[in-house]
Amino acid sequence: MKAKVFLLAAILIFGISGCNKGEEGPAQARTDGTPVAQEDLKPAYGDMIIRGSIGDASVLLPILASDSGSFDITALIYNGLVRYDRDLRLIGELADRWEISDDKLTIRFFLRKDVKWQDGHPFTAKDVEYTYKAYVDPKTPTAYATDFLKVKEFRVLDPYTVEVTYNEVYAPALGSWGQGMLPSHLLEGKEITDSPLKREPVGTGPYRFREWKTQERIVLDSYHDYFEHRPYIDRVMTRIIPDPATMFLELKAGRIDQMGLSPLQYQRQTDSSWFRDNFRKYKYLAFGYAYLGYNLKDWKFQDKKVRQALTTAINRESIVEGVLLGLGQVAYTPYKPDTFWYNDNVKKFPYDPAKAKEMLAEAGWKDTDGDGILDKDGKPFEFTILTNQGNQLRERSATIVQRDLRKVGIRVKIRTVEWAAFLKNFINKRNFEACLLGWSIGIDPSQIDIWNSKKIGPSELNFVTYQNPEVDKLLDQGAAVYDPEKRKVFYDKFQEIIAEDQPYTFLYVSYALPIISARFHGIDPAPIGIGYNFIDWFVPKQLQKYHIEP
Amino acid sequence: MDSIYGDFFRRLARNKLAMVGLSVVVILCLVAIFADRLAPYSPTMIDTSKILVEPSWEHPMGTDILGRDVLSRIIHGAGVSLSVGFVAVGISTLIGVVLGAVAGYYSGMVDRVIMRFVDIMLCFPTFFLILAVIAFLQPSIWNIMIVIGVTSWMNVTRLVRAEFLSLRERDFVLAAISQGASDLRVIFAHILPNAMAPVLVAATLGVAAAVLVESSLSFLGLGVQPPNPSWGNMLTEGKDNIEIAWWLSLFPGLAIFITVMGYNLLGEGIRDILDPRLRQ
Amino acid sequence: MGPYILKRIFLMIPVLLGITILSFGVMKLAPGDPTSILTDLNPNMNKEAVERIRAHYGLDQPSYVQYFKWLKNMLVLDFGRSFASDNRPVIDKIVERIPITLLINVLSMILILIVAIPLGVMSAVKQNSLFDKGTTVFVFIGFAIPTFWLALLLMILFGVKLDWLPISGFRSLDYPSLSFFEKIFDVSKHLILPIFVSAFGGLAGMSRYMRSNMLEVIRQDYITTARAKGLDERTVIFKHALRNALLPVITLLGLSVPGLIGGSVIFETIFAIPGMGQLFYQAVMMRDYPTVMGILVIGAVLTLLGNLLADVMYSWADPRIRVSG
Repeated sequence: MKAKVFLLAAILIFGISGCNKGEEGPAQARTDGTPVAQEDLKPAYGDMIIRGSIGDASVLLPILASDSGSFDITALIYNGLVRYDRDLRLIGELADRWEISDDKLTIRFFLRKDVKWQDGHPFTAKDVEYTYKAYVDPKTPTAYATDFLKVKEFRVLDPYTVEVTYNEVYAPALGSWGQGMLPSHLLEGKEITDSPLKREPVGTGPYRFREWKTQERIVLDSYHDYFEHRPYIDRVMTRIIPDPATMFLELKAGRIDQMGLSPLQYQRQTDSSWFRDNFRKYKYLAFGYAYLGYNLKDWKFQDKKVRQALTTAINRESIVEGVLLGLGQVAYTPYKPDTFWYNDNVKKFPYDPAKAKEMLAEAGWKDTDGDGILDKDGKPFEFTILTNQGNQLRERSATIVQRDLRKVGIRVKIRTVEWAAFLKNFINKRNFEACLLGWSIGIDPSQIDIWNSKKIGPSELNFVTYQNPEVDKLLDQGAAVYDPEKRKVFYDKFQEIIAEDQPYTFLYVSYALPIISARFHGIDPAPIGIGYNFIDWFVPKQLQKYHIEP
Repeated sequence: MDSIYGDFFRRLARNKLAMVGLSVVVILCLVAIFADRLAPYSPTMIDTSKILVEPSWEHPMGTDILGRDVLSRIIHGAGVSLSVGFVAVGISTLIGVVLGAVAGYYSGMVDRVIMRFVDIMLCFPTFFLILAVIAFLQPSIWNIMIVIGVTSWMNVTRLVRAEFLSLRERDFVLAAISQGASDLRVIFAHILPNAMAPVLVAATLGVAAAVLVESSLSFLGLGVQPPNPSWGNMLTEGKDNIEIAWWLSLFPGLAIFITVMGYNLLGEGIRDILDPRLRQ
Repeated sequence: MGPYILKRIFLMIPVLLGITILSFGVMKLAPGDPTSILTDLNPNMNKEAVERIRAHYGLDQPSYVQYFKWLKNMLVLDFGRSFASDNRPVIDKIVERIPITLLINVLSMILILIVAIPLGVMSAVKQNSLFDKGTTVFVFIGFAIPTFWLALLLMILFGVKLDWLPISGFRSLDYPSLSFFEKIFDVSKHLILPIFVSAFGGLAGMSRYMRSNMLEVIRQDYITTARAKGLDERTVIFKHALRNALLPVITLLGLSVPGLIGGSVIFETIFAIPGMGQLFYQAVMMRDYPTVMGILVIGAVLTLLGNLLADVMYSWADPRIRVSG
């Protein structure tokens, strides 16, 4: 799956992805519960895992999909040329290895020669070429063309070698080749939007398509000739259960094996000895954060001092405590706290209402008419926080922010708006004062799209209109260097400036909380999460629950 | 208007069931009006150290997901839920009765036009109409009532029309017409009292339906905005925690039930009073 | 009667046309458009890409052109393709959901009629008795209790604690391998809870209408006359009164015909049933115009046919009503 900055809320049409394959998520995972029997837990083929998912997939061609329901499935069916390993390093997948030219403009991929599509056809450079062309074809309605459009030249050198040349040095380029490769022998010369592969995909990955009943379930079988090795679990069923309460009951009844828990379910509903015997819970920081973004075009928020004061006035610890029940961390910068790119050495503006009041007074906000609300130039300090309807965590966070700001004399209204209207009427038209939203955090540190001064057009991502030439320069420099240590220097500085400017009040990074039936072994939490070694998960022979006829 | 409605209130006072219903509705109104004084806590007071505390002396109905007092929120939600039910149903009944009576009484072209309009309106799911309204209106409690009202009158129209079609052929109506009674008088004095039964039943059910529609509107972002409570949004909040916090959905549910029963008893009582054959 | 029905069917055409224009208008007025869901706030989307996708769906043309294009296709029953990223033919998306929706709605409607009519009649005959009052409370509990609440409680009891019934969905994982009768048994087992929950909620409406109609009818002169003639109470109630009291029920049944293919989102979500309610809700939220229009048109046709059916049955059941219009 392509990991990039992507608005978490986009998923919210379908609710929060209940089925977290956990392929995103760092170390410090902790296992609850004890294995059933320590002896004789040899890996064995067989059994089925049933995963609960809130939303159905929409299309099983990664080039056309843009929802997590689809990605959860396509990630098992397709491979990219490269992928991120357990420690978030790029390694080869369909590419055996690659060479980057000295001027850093050209990448040459050497493909594996032992890969077969699930229909038996060999995988070659032709497929890579087709995939590249499909992405840049103006007729393809894909959301992922941008990285590929930066390619100046694509050349097939021989059936197992391809070479791509870029106009300029572009560090995220290598990672962009993690997009799923498409089978040219099935798609070449056909309209991709009409392809039957949308519902009956054929890939090179560890699992092959078996059945898809809309809004009911998607079933995949293991691909015995998978080039890494045959996956141990014979069948993966994703059951679509749109209601999280129902899904939890299905888990308790033993009719699903894996789901993502809510903080409340994690803390209060899964602590019995029965749960400890039958399930294991995992906990790791999710690749995403929630924030309160200020519209910097609004006169109230133009003064940096005011934004710093607002952050100081908001008790973020109490949001983590009250909304996430402690299952998260306060966010201070737009990077994930336990990753290489994170800079902890930034201004943090800890909760201090008295100080916040002072800061606001310095900025000219005082309660001159004694009504308990600060005012300046005769106008009271009041504003509306917009958030998208349906995300209870955000609504609750907004409620706590409202309470905290009221304490320093700022009146806040909350308004929840349905997603399509939210984008069209408010965000795209810049018709908001403050909004409470979330971004997901990519593995690559480039965040140009969110913070660059030029990305302020309609439906571009810098909708708070943050403009700082120094940040622009740092982000450009960061994207133009391959060496991580050198890159980090730029991103460290960038985080310091963002923390000082506070265009957002960064609120929290929450934990992903998957729970999995205890009969599954081989799960090995790592910085990237738990899903990266899915083909090594297994159920020991004596614990297998389902008998799978091929 | 005239003698038929004249001794309405005296009869109401004599009807026990109706009085029970009336007192429930009146008590709820009082609760709504004096919410500030009755509620033990502020309905928006967050206490993250008391998340989902079971009912106790301190919090007779427990606390919610942000540690707010459920009793106080129910008391403050009464105003929203009561007025939503009352105003929305008032609007829909008014539109429904007038259009239905006109269509059923005059029939012919008027009937055809009205019924085609009803047909068109019925073809749109309420939720779809509401979405269109979101485009134009700011979310406010009054808009919610209006939206629910103007999107739910069609069934009343059909029921009233059906009654009128049947009643206008009855002897007592034909007699009144032959004696030269005006159309208005025939409609309101002779037919309508006899056609009120299904309308009142529809209205009492409509009150509860309106309260429930309000909760789904909160869900769409057009409803009562956080942190303000309404029984509808409290119910929605309680759903995911039903296994560990039964009080979150039980008490708002009970509140809605009592309101529905109150309106219903009142409605049935009024129907009995209006029934001409019970008047001797 | 024949010409009357033909005339009514003919009259449906302008109404249908009106409905399509209104639906299309309402949808265009609703803020947001299908591409913004896919493209807005997506860092990988540049302006050209957005334009590309808009053009792909024909959204770059003026609204009236889009409408007439849609209408032209509609005339040959081509519902078009969904704007959702699956891009499937709308008719496929609708057809795969109709059977289960219809099954649940018809079964629960039958259950409601079977229970509500006797309940209503008995409460009316024994007005103000303990039975009457008990029934009132019972059906109103059913009405006021939120669907999800009852559903979750029953799931906890029968699905988790007792483990007698499946919790959600409408068929088991091993459904394809079952024999015909096993399949029927399997689906029935899954549908017990959903049908019970939806019928319980609908009891109040039907039984209250039945009760109040019955109360009306048994006070009519001809019933008094029938009694005076010395007919026994049973004959009076079931032969003379019931037939007249059923009239408004017919209207109500006619009204619920379109409801048979509609579903409630909340209900379907709780039971994880892939029905029409979810499809429509998601289509509206994604601004998937062709799907929304397709469902509205099918719903509209059914509504109009249902109304016609109600009117025809009504004049058949009550000859005093002149067929007009």
